[in-house]
Formats: sequence, C-alpha cells, structure tokens
Amino acid sequence: MPFMSTVGDYQTVATLETFGFLPPFSQDEIYDQIAYIIAQGWSPLVEHVHPSRSMVTYWSYWKLPFFGEKDLGVIVSELEACHRAYPDHHVRLVGYDAYTQSQGSCFVVFEAR
Amino acid sequence: MSKKFDAGVKEYRDTYWTPDYVPLDTDLLACFKVTGQEGVPREEVAAAVAAESSTGTWSAVWSELLTDLDFYKGRCYRIEDVPGDKESFYAFIAYPLDLFEEGSITNVLTSLVGNVFGFKALRHLRLEDIRFPMAFIKTCPGPPNGICVERDRMNKYGRPLLGCTIKPKLGLSGKNYGRVVYECLRGGLDFTKDDENINSQPFQRWQNRFEFVAEAVESAQQETGEKKGHYLNCTAATPEEMYERAEFAKELGQPIIMHDYITGGFTANTGLSKWCRKNGMLLHIHRAMHAVIDRHPKHGIHFRVLAKCLRLSGGDQLHTGTVVGKLEGDRQTTLGFIDQLRESFIPEDRSRGNFFDQDWGSMPGVFAVASGGIHVWHMPALVAIFGDDSVLQFGGGTHGHPWGSAAGAAANRVALEACVKARNAGREIEKESRDILLEAAKHSPELAIALETWKEIKFEFDTVDKLDVN
Repeated sequence: MPFMSTVGDYQTVATLETFGFLPPFSQDEIYDQIAYIIAQGWSPLVEHVHPSRSMVTYWSYWKLPFFGEKDLGVIVSELEACHRAYPDHHVRLVGYDAYTQSQGSCFVVFEAR
Repeated sequence: MSKKFDAGVKEYRDTYWTPDYVPLDTDLLACFKVTGQEGVPREEVAAAVAAESSTGTWSAVWSELLTDLDFYKGRCYRIEDVPGDKESFYAFIAYPLDLFEEGSITNVLTSLVGNVFGFKALRHLRLEDIRFPMAFIKTCPGPPNGICVERDRMNKYGRPLLGCTIKPKLGLSGKNYGRVVYECLRGGLDFTKDDENINSQPFQRWQNRFEFVAEAVESAQQETGEKKGHYLNCTAATPEEMYERAEFAKELGQPIIMHDYITGGFTANTGLSKWCRKNGMLLHIHRAMHAVIDRHPKHGIHFRVLAKCLRLSGGDQLHTGTVVGKLEGDRQTTLGFIDQLRESFIPEDRSRGNFFDQDWGSMPGVFAVASGGIHVWHMPALVAIFGDDSVLQFGGGTHGHPWGSAAGAAANRVALEACVKARNAGREIEKESRDILLEAAKHSPELAIALETWKEIKFEFDTVDKLDVN
C-alpha cells in the first residue's frame, strides 16, 4: 500500500477551550459536570457571548454568579433560560472557586445556533 | 560573658551539637542525610556539617571572639536513623535567619551546600529538605505570575494544560521550526516548547526562531479561536543576552518565555523572573543538570529542595518528571514536591519525603510540568497523579503520530478531555483507563491511531532513588 494512502488529513477546528475536542454532551453528561461543580463547593456561574467575540476575556454574566446554589435543577433551568434569551450566543457554565479566585471548571454548554 | 581564646583544633560537637535546642520560627532548618567515615561518632560528623555550613572552620580562630558566635552559628539539634540504612543518619540543623541575605537563594545554597560537601570526614552528604521560615520567604520574589494569573492570561480552566517540545530538538531552520510549532498548536495543544538545548545555534539564530514562532502562534490562535503560546528559551551565555531575548519576545507580543534555572544559575533566574513580573510575561522553567545533583540517594541535593528554591527564585512552570514516563521519579516523592510547588501549607509527611511543615504564606503557586517519554496511554494516570494544575507535555507522543504533529496533538487533547470529563463524572480513571480511552477514540480517528501506535511502549525500570522506608 502506498504510504500516503494511510495518512489522514487533519483539519484545523475552531474550538471553545475545555471539552472543545469532545462531541457535544448529552443531558446526563452535563448533569454529571454540574454535580461535580456542586460537590467541589464551587459557585456555578453562567456566561454568554456572541460568537464573533468568543476570544474576549469578559463574557456577559447571566444574572449574577449563583453563590451557594446546590440545586442541580435550578442551575439547569438557568442555563436553559440564558440559552432561550440569547439563542445566537455561546453559553458556558463556570464552577467558580473563591478560594483560588479561579475557575475550577469551565465549558460551553450551548453553542450559538 | 567574655571568653578566652584557646588556640588549636576543637571537637565540633562541643560547639555545634546542641540536642536541647528548640528551633525558632525564624530559623532556616535543614535535614541532611549524612554518611560519615567509619569510626567517627555521629554527633561529631553532624556537628561538623553544621559548623562547615555556617560559621565554623577547622581551627579555633581568635577573631571569633570579636562577635557573639552563639548568635550566628548553625546547630545540629537532632539526629535520626535512616530507615533501612545502618551506615547513614539524618542530621537536623537550624540556621539563624541572619546568616542569609534577604531574597537570595544563591546565598542560602552557597552556605548549605558549599564547602561542606567536600569535607573529608564525610563519605557522602545529601541535603534532603529545607524548611524556609516565613521571615525569609517574604523577602523572595517568588513566581512572577503564579497559577491563577497564568490561567487567566491563557484562558485555560478546569483541566491540565497540554504542551509538547519541538523535535528534532536540534538542527531545524527557523522557518521549519515554526512549521512544527504551528502544526502542534493548530492540532489542539495550548503550548509548545523550545527544547532546552535550543539557544542560538548556527543553524537557527534566536531572533529568526522567535519571529517564525510568533507567526505560528498567531496563526494557530486565529484559526482555532483558542489562546496559544510557545516557551521561547531565553537561556543564554550572559545575562545581557538573556534580557535582550526576553525583550524581543515581549516586542513580538508573546505570552511566555523559558529559562534553564540550574545551568543558567539562581542569580540569573531570579533576575529574569523579576523581569517577567515587571513585564507581564509568563516564565517556564526547565531543570537541565538536576539529575546530576539529585539522583544519587546518598549524595547531592534532593529535588524537593531544588523545587522549593525555584518557587522562591521565581518561575510559573517547573518540570517535575512524569512518574510514568522514561525518566526517574517515584509517585509518592513526586507528589511530595509538587505539593511544595502548588500548595500554601504542606505538613511534614515522611511518606512523601517532606521532613518539615512548610508554610508558603501568600507566595503564588507553580504549575508542575510532566514531560518525557509519555504518550496517550499514560493520560489517565497523569491526570490522576498531577491533577489540573499541571502541564502535560508529549514530545514523541505528539510528533510520532503517523499522520503528523497536528493529528498527534488532537489525539492528546481528546484523551485529556475524555479523562477530565470521566474524572468529574466520578469514574476511577486509572482503573478504567482502557475503557475511557477506547470510548473517546470512537469519535476521534486521530486518537484511535495514536492508541494503536503506542500500545506496546512501556518504561518499567526500577527507581534508583527511593524514599527511605523499612
């Protein structure tokens, strides 16, 4: 077999940082990640931005960080509400860690339609 | 009370062995593993180490009496058996803070691991650990940015960072080198790295490399929509050339530079780190020559000491070995010193080789870099061992992919994210490693081929330097 027939062509993909290389998460898989954020004691936070500005540091907050929120259902409904309000925006979920002042988790849940 | 001058040779232990001494919070404490010449009592050898690494010399001298030497001397305050080793023992020595210049790691090492290592009454000597007092730590600059700032600058959260060293490490022209950088970054890596051997050789002068690399980073960033960086090695023959390279990296808008802190030296490193703080540049630290110093179990300096010294001198990322790859390092010891890089308080824990409580106060943390002989099959273990605040670097494990570096990079990125996702979902990623990787490969032909390519490669040699346990 000629060598080149075994070599694939890798196409560059535009991605949105963490988990950008995995297929879109199912609802259960998203719940697992939210449960992880809650279990770590981090504050959930929903952010959104128009795709043309996805590389900026500050995406818009959806409301305020949900400090102390431990109800998975509440977080899911807020994510969905943000997505409904901004269907043409990317929506990401952050697990905010006040101790390190960093994000223990951060991934895009809904890509812009 | 005044003392009389008594010429001649004194026994060290009369002055420097003080078992009743209670160390002060401001003392710098050291633990040495000592192997004396046969027939010399432990207390005498230990006291000699304390003396020779602080105020003492072999003979009584009149000028000692011009000062209050009891205020300045190092003291051995404890001797312990080394588990499973009859010929060596641990000597714990307390040094008063005023023996050291503020903020100078160079000065600390010149005293603690200076002449004393050539002392004839010793067969071997190894500096196992140092407890730096807070009063000293607060005089050191520390990491120019730290983990939190680096994550914010690079926009990387919730996972280890992913990198790779450009190969072949020597011999590529600047333009070809930039090509390899571009391929890796477009494939999904966060960082690429100059090999430590790359400085400014005839086949590729530094300026030329920096320009092509900057273009590669910029292109990859635009095409992927993610933040990218390349550690531009600024290690040079002189500090002046080092700073010239750092300035040019800044001019090109690059986020990170690199230094080799042992061959380059602590003075150069501390200076460059201060420059990085001032100029908003991240600093990656390589550790060439460390194994010369830290590998022998009875002589030299343990890497946990070199790691602590780097955190004080300054760096945002430091190589720590991989545990699972081609280079030396056992798991418990490695966990012990990566704690020293990243945490703010580490309790004494002999099972991890930490001999003292170590309080770092407000000093920022350093990313642990795992690099050397690792490939996708190692990913679950690496994520489990190193956690999120690490950079996992696959060199051969990226460029060796049958489709090339971009596909190799993508395979590693898919594997990494699959492991993080599984860990967060509560799965035991080391036990289930095979399932996790094979599941992920269903959606990634790049990963499937990588798994096939490296399925047989293992580096299972016993560790030379082990923790001292029975």
